[in-house]
Amino acid sequence: MLSLNINGRQVLVKSDPDTPLLWVLRCELGMTGTKFGCGIGVCGACTVHLDGTAQVSCQTVISDLGNRKITTIEGLQGVDAVALKAAWSTVDVVQCGYCQSAQLMAASALLRQKPKPSDQDINDAMSNVVCRCGTYPRIRAAIHEAARLKAG
Amino acid sequence: MLKRRTFLIGGLGAVGALVVGWSALPPRQRLLTSAPLPVQGTQVPLNGWVKVSSDNSVTVMMCKSEMGQGIYTGAAMLLAEEMDADWAQVKVEQSPIDGIYNNLDNVAGDLPFRPDDHSVIEELTVWMTRKISRDFGTMITGGSTSINDLWLPMREAGAGARAMLCGAAAEKWHVPAGECRAENGRVLHASGRSASFGELAELAGQQSLHAHVVLKTPAQFRMIGKPLKRIDGPSKLNGSARFGIDALPAGLLYASVLMCPTLGGTVSHFDDSVARALPGVVKTLKVDAYNGGTGGVAVIAENMFIAMYALDAIAALGIEWNHGAAAEVSDADVVRGLTDALDQSDGHVYYSRGHIDGALNTAARVVSAEYRAPYLAHAPLEPLNCTVQVRDDGATVWVSTQVPALARKHVAKVLHMDADKVDVQVQLLGGAFGRRLEVDYVSQAAAIALEADGRPVQTLWSRPQDMTHDFYRPACVSRFKAGLNSAGEVVAWRNISASQSAVATSLKRNYGVPDPLIDRTTVEGAFDQPYEWPNVRVAQTTIELPVPVGFWRSVGHSHQAFFVESFMDELATAARKDPVAFRASLLEHHPRHLAVLQRAAALSDWGRPLARAPDGTARARGVALHEAFGSIVAQVAEVSIGADKSVRVQRVVCVVDCGTPVNPNLIRQQLEGGIVFGLSAALYEAITLDHGQVQQQYYTDFPIVHMDDCPVIDTAIMPSEAEPQGVGEIATPPVAAAVANAVFALTGQRLRTLPLKLA
Repeated sequence: MLSLNINGRQVLVKSDPDTPLLWVLRCELGMTGTKFGCGIGVCGACTVHLDGTAQVSCQTVISDLGNRKITTIEGLQGVDAVALKAAWSTVDVVQCGYCQSAQLMAASALLRQKPKPSDQDINDAMSNVVCRCGTYPRIRAAIHEAARLKAG
Repeated sequence: MLKRRTFLIGGLGAVGALVVGWSALPPRQRLLTSAPLPVQGTQVPLNGWVKVSSDNSVTVMMCKSEMGQGIYTGAAMLLAEEMDADWAQVKVEQSPIDGIYNNLDNVAGDLPFRPDDHSVIEELTVWMTRKISRDFGTMITGGSTSINDLWLPMREAGAGARAMLCGAAAEKWHVPAGECRAENGRVLHASGRSASFGELAELAGQQSLHAHVVLKTPAQFRMIGKPLKRIDGPSKLNGSARFGIDALPAGLLYASVLMCPTLGGTVSHFDDSVARALPGVVKTLKVDAYNGGTGGVAVIAENMFIAMYALDAIAALGIEWNHGAAAEVSDADVVRGLTDALDQSDGHVYYSRGHIDGALNTAARVVSAEYRAPYLAHAPLEPLNCTVQVRDDGATVWVSTQVPALARKHVAKVLHMDADKVDVQVQLLGGAFGRRLEVDYVSQAAAIALEADGRPVQTLWSRPQDMTHDFYRPACVSRFKAGLNSAGEVVAWRNISASQSAVATSLKRNYGVPDPLIDRTTVEGAFDQPYEWPNVRVAQTTIELPVPVGFWRSVGHSHQAFFVESFMDELATAARKDPVAFRASLLEHHPRHLAVLQRAAALSDWGRPLARAPDGTARARGVALHEAFGSIVAQVAEVSIGADKSVRVQRVVCVVDCGTPVNPNLIRQQLEGGIVFGLSAALYEAITLDHGQVQQQYYTDFPIVHMDDCPVIDTAIMPSEAEPQGVGEIATPPVAAAVANAVFALTGQRLRTLPLKLA
């Protein structure tokens, strides 16, 4: 049994230590907000935070996690998250929605590092998460809007 | 006008279900389901489309699948508008399978008539097809038909529900029903009395149905036309939205499959000695090819990762495959098959006017060209999956599908059960784009779950399995020959293309229907465009190949628009005319198309100098105009060329006339998304075959547009009070041509093959 710090709580998991975090979240813990997209870390759909930094959970084996703080969409909180969700709503970003957990995780990690990101910052931080519906222009607008909201 | 009839025979049952003698309604009515709607708590069904509850919630029954196109919101607005519901209290619930939800417009939309054909034959055939679809059609979300299909029945259902609520208030207050009116979730009377829908729900359920209702005029609309936010938005921001992959019934097992790498192949032998010994592995099995798909090996395990790991162990020992007919087919064979067909056949003529041969013979100048498009995968972000539980007395299926009734039928077939023993729970779709019109993965999942001793099994395809076992957008080759007179006017337009038929193959594998011999979708976008060529012949020739093809967002339009609008640009160049003015000159009798074209030209500053791109490179514009699914779209793309010769699209202006804009916010979303989808195909995507094996596996070798190469998109919607038309696919077709035309303006290179690559 490994103990993981997920969304501020210590959780005991029985999955094999070699299991990627993605499958532990989805299959063992029933936390389905984190999505499977490719399994090799190129689509970004499974993005979570490890100690506040965006990481793909399909490439993160649980035995490597130790005491690192894992945050998933279900536990995404704080001023950045509130601003981003409000902006996502105002701009009405989502279409199918399958990638949007990951988009929000990537965007909140960006805002934490760069409270007022440029378009280039957004390209750099967000180009790892694909959206087959093509919501990119609205994601960009929503991140700028969230930065404005946060600045008050 | 309101003619009261009583259809209620059983009144409200113990569970509040409406039991209705619907035999009193016309047989093709779309108001009452054949069985009572499922209810929860205090919900009262007022008809087959809406339930009202004492907590004031209005639950709209949704017969269409939500795959991102926004139909949950758009369709709910139709009903809520006529019901005068409070939008904040409107919820959506996926409907059961029932004949009233059969799509009347899907087959009718595929009939081989041009949009400007209003002949008696056209009108009778469409009318008959819609009637037949009510009885023998199916529930289907596709073909950009949802808003047309629901435009009448959902508004009528809303108006009928409003009348029942007003009737309930009238009974309660002892006033004539005609003196009551509804507003924002309440019924009001001139005396000042008012009651919420919730307070009236129970009594409303006992009112007689109103078979004849008067619908609002556009001037009376309060919701239709407003850019309301998506009703599914909040659940998609906190991880709570449930897609197919998120169905987690108790005791769930997981299955991973590896199919024969050759399309249509099956398994001969595999060694599971290592896999079976792994902890957590429940079973290994051989699975057949279903519904035009491919056979393979499956592992059922306690955890998805274990299932995938065990499958790798089987693959490592080598699997013997029966490769089948597709093993003879590589890319060169496809291209040769298509060009040979064009060399040898005059094709089936879908549109002709005037005397094409004579006009070409006497033309001052003849311009010819050949265009090509590759196979394409749908590649929705949610990989294909389906969860099935088989019990002694029936089965439950949790699946993201565009065709729930078809899925039910085929699961029942695999399980040797009656269809009514199979309960299909339609989940949200993590993208579909036509892939989820197929049921190969559903039948396969049922066959796998049959081996799980009653436990539910989620069968999930890996990304490579999803990419290499699709029903691809058909590859196509198209040839043009046009004649110009000495004034540079087009006097002749001859076009023939060759491809496989998605309709013929789909009807066979999914519906058991023989080849209809003509398939409008192969040639849509080529035979149905508005240009007023005096002499024209548009034909198509179909070939058969053992490569599965299907319906890819915008279907035939997806490549035909690229061919036609690129060749139009070639003719404008040959005629030494401005591309916008050249098109406008052929639209004298098509004012809607002309208006859309001119608006796009104005919004893009067409004809004015274009500043350099941020990186200092030159930019140019290209235009394309296209009609599809009843809507008209014009796009102007602004393009530059990178140092690595890559085509860079900075901005796309898009104008649409889609009839009444039901929700401008949703329409703009679909224009934006359709453009990005089309750009991925224009710039990057191609599926290639080596001996029947697809060579692409991930978004790395089948690249799509990302944040950093996504252009700015500016959209505009023409005002209209015409019937609303589909918007989910219309923005995809013209963008490749707009970009290619801009590339020509910039470089002088005419790119006639997709994806666009500069020499």
